[in-house]
Amino acid sequence: MSLEAKDLTFRYPRRSRGSVLEGVFLTVEPGERVGLSAPSGRGKTTLCKLLSGYERPDRGEVLLDGRPLSSYKGFCPVQMIWQHPETAVDPLLRLGETLYEAGPVEDRLLDALHIQPAWLERYPLELSGGELQRFCIARALREGVRYLLCDEITAMLDLITQAQIWDFLLEEARQRELGLVIVSHNTLLLERLCTRIHPLT
Amino acid sequence: MEPILDVEGLSISFRQYDRGAHQRTLPVIHDLSLSIAPGQVVAVVGSSGSGKSLLAHALLDILPANSAREGVIRYRGEPLTPARTAALRGTEIVLVPQGVTYLDPLMKVGPQICKGRREGRVREACRAVLARYGLPPDTEERYPFELSGGMARRVLISTAVMESPRLVIADEPTPGLDARAAGRILGHFRELADGGAGVLLITHDLELALTIADRVAVLYAGETVEEAAAADFTTPGGLRHPYTRALWAALPQNGFRPIPGSQPAPGEIPTGCRFAPRCPRCRGDCQETHPAYRSFRGGMVRCDFPGEVME
Repeated sequence: MSLEAKDLTFRYPRRSRGSVLEGVFLTVEPGERVGLSAPSGRGKTTLCKLLSGYERPDRGEVLLDGRPLSSYKGFCPVQMIWQHPETAVDPLLRLGETLYEAGPVEDRLLDALHIQPAWLERYPLELSGGELQRFCIARALREGVRYLLCDEITAMLDLITQAQIWDFLLEEARQRELGLVIVSHNTLLLERLCTRIHPLT
Repeated sequence: MEPILDVEGLSISFRQYDRGAHQRTLPVIHDLSLSIAPGQVVAVVGSSGSGKSLLAHALLDILPANSAREGVIRYRGEPLTPARTAALRGTEIVLVPQGVTYLDPLMKVGPQICKGRREGRVREACRAVLARYGLPPDTEERYPFELSGGMARRVLISTAVMESPRLVIADEPTPGLDARAAGRILGHFRELADGGAGVLLITHDLELALTIADRVAVLYAGETVEEAAAADFTTPGGLRHPYTRALWAALPQNGFRPIPGSQPAPGEIPTGCRFAPRCPRCRGDCQETHPAYRSFRGGMVRCDFPGEVME
């Protein structure tokens, strides 16, 4: 029972350069924390987008428990948390609406992520990147999630908040047996967090 | 030497509608002082939401309309008036903005870097800048959505250094970049400083900042809590404020230890020391009296019991 990328090839349309990803294989088991590292522009984010169904591969497939990811209906069990939270929330909605758009979120999560009740009434422009990212994390941790793809999710946070968020996420992942894919340029951070590191070449 | 930038007692507040037509004022930056000499890189580090980006926006006079600013900002000895700022920004004073959303989504990258100018000389300079940051020449022809996070970041920096700035304000220029690219960019800021410019580097990547910064100012809840020389971080017992020490201990290689709690929100600021509720060394008085910002052991600190090492 796992999340599998099988022979993924992908190229963005209208791009003169070749494929971003070529024949990529990756398997993530529940409870595993896989670190992805590569120089920028090599397709780390693209791989996350394929694994969570935001893009379809040109060749190859993404399987969840042996079934194609696209055959799952409703809330996707593979959730991606994005590198730039300011582009992942609707600028015209108050954050409370963004958060509850897809259903209820446990209060426990809001407490653990230090989301202050007053922030729910604010618009994205009125919060810092780090504050927005907490909403994106809470939104991804809905019941039914089994794999989390964390694309540089703490790159915009201060060190104490970064340590707090990972402290929380690792515990949450342990209790719920989530599989994690962690993208970061910080090698020391990956070494600290991951059970194994997969260089994307 | 006369400082390039001298900020004295800067305070920023926002006017918000509370209920109906009732307005309230939300203080976000309080009594911030900072100065940068020519040839210096000063890093500003601090918690997310502590007002780091607002400082950058205040310097460029691009704060939102519902904000109010107090205090004095001097650039090369003269106060920065709105008219003077408008004349200087983009040429002598440049900003490397934080969000990749600062790029125009409907304009190709090349024209954005050239700011619409089409002379051959400008286009050549643009290509040279792109090459300098390791971006392929076809980047010019791309739209921002066709760039990876790290590439967009380097494009933002390219737009700033096309001019020959005297003051560079870089707001979180490195997240999303690999260590090599980040090192190269910071190296370029260092070069600009060595050439006589002043660089204000706003970041939370303390480790990377220390590789080029001369001094580090630490912000917490809208206040400067410490100003230290870069070397103080690696000297045992060199740091003055407990928050700075907590930041240092939260680095992945230094223990990755978070302290509990979060920074007080603007409008819920405690009367005493703003760090007191989370401070491991908090005493009775700390909750009551707001500590003054004062000189201590060659730096500045806002703590009544500075420099004590935690057990």
